[in-house]
Amino acid sequence: MVVKKQERESLVHERYLRHQKKFPHVWCAGCGIGIVMGAIVRAVDAVGLSNDEVAMISGIGCSGRMPVYVDFNTMHTTHGRALAFATGLKMVKPEMKVIVVMGDGDALAIGGNHFIHAARRNIGLTAVIINNYIYGMTGGQYSPTTPTHAYASTAPYGNIEQPFPICQLAQAAGAAFVARSTVYHARELSRFIAQAIQKEGFSVVEAVSYCHTTYGRINKLGSAVEMMRRLKEDSVSQQAWEKLPEEEKEGKIVRGVLVDRDIPEYTRLYDQIIAQAQRAAAG
Amino acid sequence: MAYRLMQGDEACAEGAIAAGCRFFAGYPITPATDISEVLARRLPQVGGKFIQMEDEIASMAAVIGASVGGAKAMTATSGPGFSLMQENIGYAAMAEIPCVVVDVQRAGPSTGLPTNPSQGDVMQARWGTHGDHPIIVLSPSSVRETFDLTVRAFNMAEKYRTPVILLMDEMIGHLREKVELPPPEKIEIVERVSTSVPPEWYKAYENTPSDVPPMISFGEGYRYHITGLFHDERGFPTQRLDEIDPWIARVFRKIERNLRDILIYETELVEDAEVVVIAYGATARSARHAVKQARQRGDRVGFLRLSTIWPFPERKVEEVAERIHSVIVPEMNLGQLALEVERVVGRRKVIRVCKANGEMVEPREILEAIEGAGRWL
Repeated sequence: MVVKKQERESLVHERYLRHQKKFPHVWCAGCGIGIVMGAIVRAVDAVGLSNDEVAMISGIGCSGRMPVYVDFNTMHTTHGRALAFATGLKMVKPEMKVIVVMGDGDALAIGGNHFIHAARRNIGLTAVIINNYIYGMTGGQYSPTTPTHAYASTAPYGNIEQPFPICQLAQAAGAAFVARSTVYHARELSRFIAQAIQKEGFSVVEAVSYCHTTYGRINKLGSAVEMMRRLKEDSVSQQAWEKLPEEEKEGKIVRGVLVDRDIPEYTRLYDQIIAQAQRAAAG
Repeated sequence: MAYRLMQGDEACAEGAIAAGCRFFAGYPITPATDISEVLARRLPQVGGKFIQMEDEIASMAAVIGASVGGAKAMTATSGPGFSLMQENIGYAAMAEIPCVVVDVQRAGPSTGLPTNPSQGDVMQARWGTHGDHPIIVLSPSSVRETFDLTVRAFNMAEKYRTPVILLMDEMIGHLREKVELPPPEKIEIVERVSTSVPPEWYKAYENTPSDVPPMISFGEGYRYHITGLFHDERGFPTQRLDEIDPWIARVFRKIERNLRDILIYETELVEDAEVVVIAYGATARSARHAVKQARQRGDRVGFLRLSTIWPFPERKVEEVAERIHSVIVPEMNLGQLALEVERVVGRRKVIRVCKANGEMVEPREILEAIEGAGRWL
């Protein structure tokens, strides 16, 4: 039987969202987080995973609320620590697909240490980092990805710090898979997340989003629609970016799979440790 | 089983394995590192897993994640690391996740005296997290008791779905004693409460008659939500008072109604005593010695040794204090548990024998306090 695209879409919602009781969600109208959530459940559907084999773990902030709405094994943990909670779960249940959803403040400020060490270990978790350049839930304070000179409620004279490049950081720290897309490119984002879930090792997807409620307002960037349009106009695929003249590269959001390499995954290596220890103990 | 020469930290690690611990996450810190070192070697031998995390915050988080995955899980640290763990200990209390946290106390505050003993974390163990929640804290005073209490700590954590803190001290952690460990068949092991209801009926935080809701691991077909927010019976965030208040009442009730199982202590020579020494951890060793010497001199002194310090065994302390005039509380801090003793013994004199400088409280000092107590008669 051929399922029409629209029907299929509603089946995905039916299957993966806690649609009966938990909506409406807490996010502002026009927010990109819902698009990331949609991209994740479509990716899970595309990979063909059952609800039971997926865990979604989050930290604190707007992104932290996502696990309430998806019908997986879900855990809303403490600020910045989601990857560390997920590490314990993954070690005990290596067969589970553990998706960790974080914001930029959550993953890179308070959770920055956990982020680089999860990458360094190359443990089989999928980190989806929703980058909206700001602390949204607390009302627009500058984050580790806020661009230099941008304004925030705690940077009323402009931000004098440098932003963290999430993907380069993940690459340098040892992640097996790193990709970036935006909430405007929802289908591409979903495809990258599907690839990340299937990758054996630590995978990172940076989902560039926006916060029209705080960042957009204080920096006079217009409505959600205008900020969304800017994601379309300011981003280029990696292939296109490489062909751009140097002076046009500045300020572009590069979309694509930036890292895809084979490194032994942590829980697999630990299984070898167990085998080795048991052999030695048996003499 | 034969006698073995064993260190306190090693006894803790072996007790954990005997109790069924199959996951440990930790970060190096003196004087608790030996526990990590033993478990890094021993856990994979029994099919368990060890991981050295990037800090104590992450260690505590990984322990909770592992417990949610169904493993009996533990971490071990000392004062500075224990401070870092508090946030996620609070999470475990809120989400009712069984786990064991070992704090081998060293003198503080801050970096303090890394290789000197202390009992300075008594209040932190009780009140270190923000907000109100019950907690179970056990404190061993010998190598063999460290083994036994580690097993009990796991049993209580699983039975009552709560974090349990094993409050050791550097003296016990590094002490080597001759011990005979019980054979495996003699060790009582408790598993967490489970259920066979169909997934759609399962409520992870149900108000059950026992006050301990059954806990099912992630990945077993029972999809539910865990959060550090106040939550309803299904685990979803709530701000409704008619859901928050019953939760608070239940988590306290599940501990209070099981005090007979949770409170561990022993009394010696209290029947005819006029003065009683109340002690725990390494200090209890000095205290027992002092009480013996005082008895030999004819002083009517009794001894109450606490293995469970939180919940504070107030009924027992009250009962022991009934017929005496003075209580002596030696501690390697400036009187943290003495505050609790003072709270419950009414107008009886409480004499503190305190040291927070990394030195043991010596039997001589307790003996002097016993003599001093006699002079007030």
